[in-house]
Amino acid sequence: MKSDIILSGVGGQGILSIAAVVGMAALENHLYLKQAEVHGMSQRGGAVQSHLRISEREIASDLIPEGRADIIISVEPMESLRYLPWLSESGWLVTNTTPFVNITDYPDMKELLAEIEKLPHHIAINADDIARQVKSPRSSNMVMLGAASPFLDIPYQSLENGIKKIFERKGEKIVQLNIDALKAGRDFSEVHKKL
Amino acid sequence: MEKLLLLGAEAIAQGAIDGGMSGVYAYPGTPSTEITEYVQHNKIALERKLHSQWSANEKTAMEAGLGMSYAGKRAMVCMKHVGLNVAADAFINSAITGVNGGLIVAVADDPSMHSSQNEQDSRFFGKFAMIPIFEPASQQEAYDMTYEAFELSEKLKIPIMMRITTRLAHSRAGIETRPLKQENKLKYPEDPVQFVLLPSNARKRYKGLLGLQSLMEQEADRSSFNTYYPARNKSLGIIACGIAFNYLMENYPERKFPHPVLQLGQYPLPFSKVEKIVNECEQVLVLEDGYPLVEEMLKGYLDKNSKIKGRLDGTIPRDGELNPDIVAKALGKEVKFGMKVPDIVANRPPELCAGCSHRDIYNALNETMKEFGKQKVFSDIGCYTLGALPPWNSINSCVDMGASITMAKGAADAGVHPAIAVIGDSTFTHSGMTALLDCVYENTPVTVIISDNGTTGMTGGQASHATGRLEEICIGLGVKPEHVRVLTPLPKYHDEMVNVLREEMLYEGVSVVIPRRECIQTLARSKKDVKVKVEEVVK
Repeated sequence: MKSDIILSGVGGQGILSIAAVVGMAALENHLYLKQAEVHGMSQRGGAVQSHLRISEREIASDLIPEGRADIIISVEPMESLRYLPWLSESGWLVTNTTPFVNITDYPDMKELLAEIEKLPHHIAINADDIARQVKSPRSSNMVMLGAASPFLDIPYQSLENGIKKIFERKGEKIVQLNIDALKAGRDFSEVHKKL
Repeated sequence: MEKLLLLGAEAIAQGAIDGGMSGVYAYPGTPSTEITEYVQHNKIALERKLHSQWSANEKTAMEAGLGMSYAGKRAMVCMKHVGLNVAADAFINSAITGVNGGLIVAVADDPSMHSSQNEQDSRFFGKFAMIPIFEPASQQEAYDMTYEAFELSEKLKIPIMMRITTRLAHSRAGIETRPLKQENKLKYPEDPVQFVLLPSNARKRYKGLLGLQSLMEQEADRSSFNTYYPARNKSLGIIACGIAFNYLMENYPERKFPHPVLQLGQYPLPFSKVEKIVNECEQVLVLEDGYPLVEEMLKGYLDKNSKIKGRLDGTIPRDGELNPDIVAKALGKEVKFGMKVPDIVANRPPELCAGCSHRDIYNALNETMKEFGKQKVFSDIGCYTLGALPPWNSINSCVDMGASITMAKGAADAGVHPAIAVIGDSTFTHSGMTALLDCVYENTPVTVIISDNGTTGMTGGQASHATGRLEEICIGLGVKPEHVRVLTPLPKYHDEMVNVLREEMLYEGVSVVIPRRECIQTLARSKKDVKVKVEEVVK
């Protein structure tokens, strides 16, 4: 198995917390992993992405070649489209629909969602709303990971275990809130991927 | 054995700790910062009390590292590529003095300039200094090479350069560690004048360095980091340096190369291996992430129809970092294209954080400059460089650490008035203090704004040497106390800031204005820490 994942968002939105949980899950399953991050200047409110590759076999490049990503997980809708050149024909785009508007020429939301709807395999989810519904408003990133989980070659239980390891320092309550968020995202995709 | 999931930068740190390092010296700079930060938080490093405090700049770091080596212990010095320019004097001369304890100079280059002002290739500096260079392809190699580099450094009595690029520095993978070594004991150099570079002695030392070159080459030829993969199809041979090897492997899974491949990880060039691949192949493609160093060496100056292919003949783009697609194209392989980015996707450049103090000072500065005219503001390297972008468009230069003050001085000497410098607190203590002294010496009319957020912000909030002592430094350098003005950069004090800036710009001498308010990022983090601590106490 292999999963080539592009994570995207805006600097400061914390896409690396998604990568950290997937990384823990990969380790638990004795998989190889490479994860290229962006540090430095772009972290200041600019567009950021991370290439995350998981495989049973040795991984060569830290970067995913164009047209080869199995999935784009984006915590911001416009950012999800920026990395389309990397998505394979059969790949999934899973994106949050809550915009992060810090530029004056941010596109019209209707047009933006229409571009996302054009893709054959996509999940558009209002992760911020769902996080609030499960009383975990700060866990929208885990909602996104949950929404992406049906398309990852990683057992769901391992993702939960990953959350336990990453958040254990912050106490049981925070762990449970993040697991609830993961589950809510997963449930959303299980319903919507069949439509 | 359980694997550690580490960034390439962190793998270097772990390799140095396990290799018996006694101290790391560094100034933060993307993409090198995480090496030192890892040592600062590592359990063994804390138990052993390894030195890991930040230095004022890369030159002081390099010199302190050399001092630790003088005392017989193993030291590592870390910086980004442009930091090596700052450390160059000490770095080049450390090859002439040689070392006592093992000394590693870890330099992280930034091809494609993700977070830098150029993409210079540090291997040229390593070659210039005539010392061995390690260039890992993977996080595991980054660990292994650092672990072994101390031994090679002590064997040759020469510093060793570890060269990585952004992609490896900031990519995570699992690594296996090796047994923890003991630190060296304090031991003075056998030769009491080894480090005395008086001309008479320096000439001897330099001959010694020249004499070592063939030994370094033999080491490289024997090195397991320089691997020759034989293959039948000799119409092409491929030399892949450092991380470029990964992009090559991506195109030939399981290392099933149809052409001979030389994986290069240790310099100087391993002569017999390079000679072999060039002689037995019709053409040789050189893949290197950075400048065409190896390509230039093999190609020679006059040979325009050379069999050597790479960045110089256009097989590979002349600038920018490599990736698997660029390498695929160079190999004549089919490259996949994904979907086009829809036209409605707008650019999203980095920006100053909401609530950042630099925003308030730029608002005040822009209003003041309405009275004084345009293009008179020189700035520097840091978060506040983003003041060059809309909506501020406040600054007219960003060149190197500390240049704001000295460029303002030169412009003032040429008749620009007022000449204004905007510099951060950490950049000021890195390289701005001597610049300010130049201004004081001639009482040049410059207005220096030291935007003090109490941290090294752009690299993630490392401690700043300036914290708590900025006014004393400026007054100590000779700025008149009445012209050292401290402000609180908040929207409610906007008018007061404009007034103070105007007064100091009208003053015909050196003035320093210090807008001081904590970085919004470090503030948020310390509040979070306090909250977590409170929660722990309640539990």
